[in-house]
Amino acid sequence: MDQLKALSIRLIHAAILLLAVLVLNFSMMHMAPGDVADTISQSMGGADEAVLERIRADYGLDQPFLVQLGRYVGRVLQFDLGYSFFYNQSVTSLILDRLPATLLLVLSAQIVALLLGVVLGVISARRPNGILSHFVTFFALFGYSAPVFWTGILLLIAFSLKIPLFPVAGMQDVTVEGGFFAHALDIARHLVLPMLTLASIFLALYSRLARATMMEVLGSDYVRTAKAKGLRPRDVVYKHALKNALSPVITLAGLQFSAVVSGAVLVETVFSWPGLGTLAFQSIIARDTPTILGILFFSALVVIVGNILTDLALRLVDPRVGGRR
Amino acid sequence: MSDTPALPEIPVEKARSPLAEAWEMFRRNHAAVAALVVLVLIVLGAIFGPPLYGTDPFDMVWAPFSPPGADGFLLGTDYLGRDLLALILSGARVSLLIGLAAAFVSVFIGVTVGALAGFYRGFVEEALMRVTEFFQVLPTLLFSMVIVALFGASLPMITFAIGVVSWTAVARITRGEFLRIRELEYVTASRASGASNLKLMFRVILPNALPPIIVQSALMVGGAILFEAGLSFLGLTDPNVVSWGQIIGSNRTYILESPFTVTIPGLAIFITVLAISLVGDGLNDALNPKLRQR
Repeated sequence: MDQLKALSIRLIHAAILLLAVLVLNFSMMHMAPGDVADTISQSMGGADEAVLERIRADYGLDQPFLVQLGRYVGRVLQFDLGYSFFYNQSVTSLILDRLPATLLLVLSAQIVALLLGVVLGVISARRPNGILSHFVTFFALFGYSAPVFWTGILLLIAFSLKIPLFPVAGMQDVTVEGGFFAHALDIARHLVLPMLTLASIFLALYSRLARATMMEVLGSDYVRTAKAKGLRPRDVVYKHALKNALSPVITLAGLQFSAVVSGAVLVETVFSWPGLGTLAFQSIIARDTPTILGILFFSALVVIVGNILTDLALRLVDPRVGGRR
Repeated sequence: MSDTPALPEIPVEKARSPLAEAWEMFRRNHAAVAALVVLVLIVLGAIFGPPLYGTDPFDMVWAPFSPPGADGFLLGTDYLGRDLLALILSGARVSLLIGLAAAFVSVFIGVTVGALAGFYRGFVEEALMRVTEFFQVLPTLLFSMVIVALFGASLPMITFAIGVVSWTAVARITRGEFLRIRELEYVTASRASGASNLKLMFRVILPNALPPIIVQSALMVGGAILFEAGLSFLGLTDPNVVSWGQIIGSNRTYILESPFTVTIPGLAIFITVLAISLVGDGLNDALNPKLRQR
């Protein structure tokens, strides 16, 4: 019952937070010079002041700020994020169109980073002075310090131009024929480089943390007990110690949602990946206000939901978490 | 007549300043010392490089895509035939300047918010931590892109756009330190002797809260440089100045013709940020000896 109460309080907090995001974004767009009427007139190839006034009246842009804000919040509550005059499509459908590509990229990168990060961290924790351990330290430093778009371009030069293993850009090759598997394979080939690029940032974080917590856990009493009662070292590490070393890594991963969105914008731009990141970039350059607002709102939603899910995942992995709060 | 017996030699222990002690600890971290040397060289290059080298980074001096070393240009030329070395030296100024300024902005906001929240507790803390949470939820890069695109890509605006989204970590650290220190006896003592809240906050507590804040600030400079590089890579930068990210962004369509125009500026960013984070590591050893983790 307590759990349920805690969850509902979190949901209420989340809703208030989202509302605040909405208000801030809308106010910011309102303060900026230029408005939707300018965007529309641009796409018509210019319009005189009278036409601009007509457009403003039609879209309620001549109303006081609070009225406009109220209307916008009201529409968002009905899952209507407005209409993009730049793409001639509703913003909701625009976002939903681009979402699968971004989800594929982001999720695969996170999974690879988590799995590889934990494995590298555990192996190097077992041999703190081994070659692999130094490699992990070095790689963590690289992941921290290298700009992600540069990493992407380096991979592109190496594995796409010098050694043509993977395609240069995009997500699909239109010339590929065949059934489901041919297309899936084609997408997978396009996915490899952007996915590795995005994963590189997080792999560094996760492997370093996994190494540190694993070393701490391996020094604790219950691990010594497990060793003393004669368990195989491998079982001690992977069955007993790993469980406790995981929860800091999951916590850290849960804090990365905002960083993931930022990384996705850059990586998608480098590889022309047709996802939300490129959409965000294009709409910002084109000053397509409804789309920008929609994407900002949607990413905040993703971050908030992501944080709640992380919390739930932590409760599953570590029963102590629920009790403490 | 007899000589007075020689006084026994008492070894004099010189009292050492905290700064000297910190330097002693810092010096033991060889990687940090090497990184500090590299960093000093980069800063010197940024300050004195452009006037000494002389070539205007916007001048088209040669045919485009000349590889490094050939034709008398140490780093070659870019897609417009501009001298890449001149671009790198000039870009160093912008990248370092924005990195420092944006880190300063975010440390200023973060320390203020964290200090107020940790000192006053109660309603103030609740409200400020909600604001912090709010800024943690914002997708940082997207938000800064929007600010720069809407309100103009001037250097102060870019600095503001980076600083305003990156202060949450500093606020959390500062608040944590304030919560810990405000309960200590010497704070109670100066409160009892009539110190005002402002004095307690900034003269009594803040100096003792500084070590972790300084380490975090050092790391933030690196983060801000990466952030600025990302923005200018996307073209969201002042077109009248050169920055490292912008060189990469404008040359990236020509990696077939000349990969160097992309790899070299990236290497400059990488080395600078790496040096800063190694120095930050050293500062951590020097200032938080108890918190050392390995």
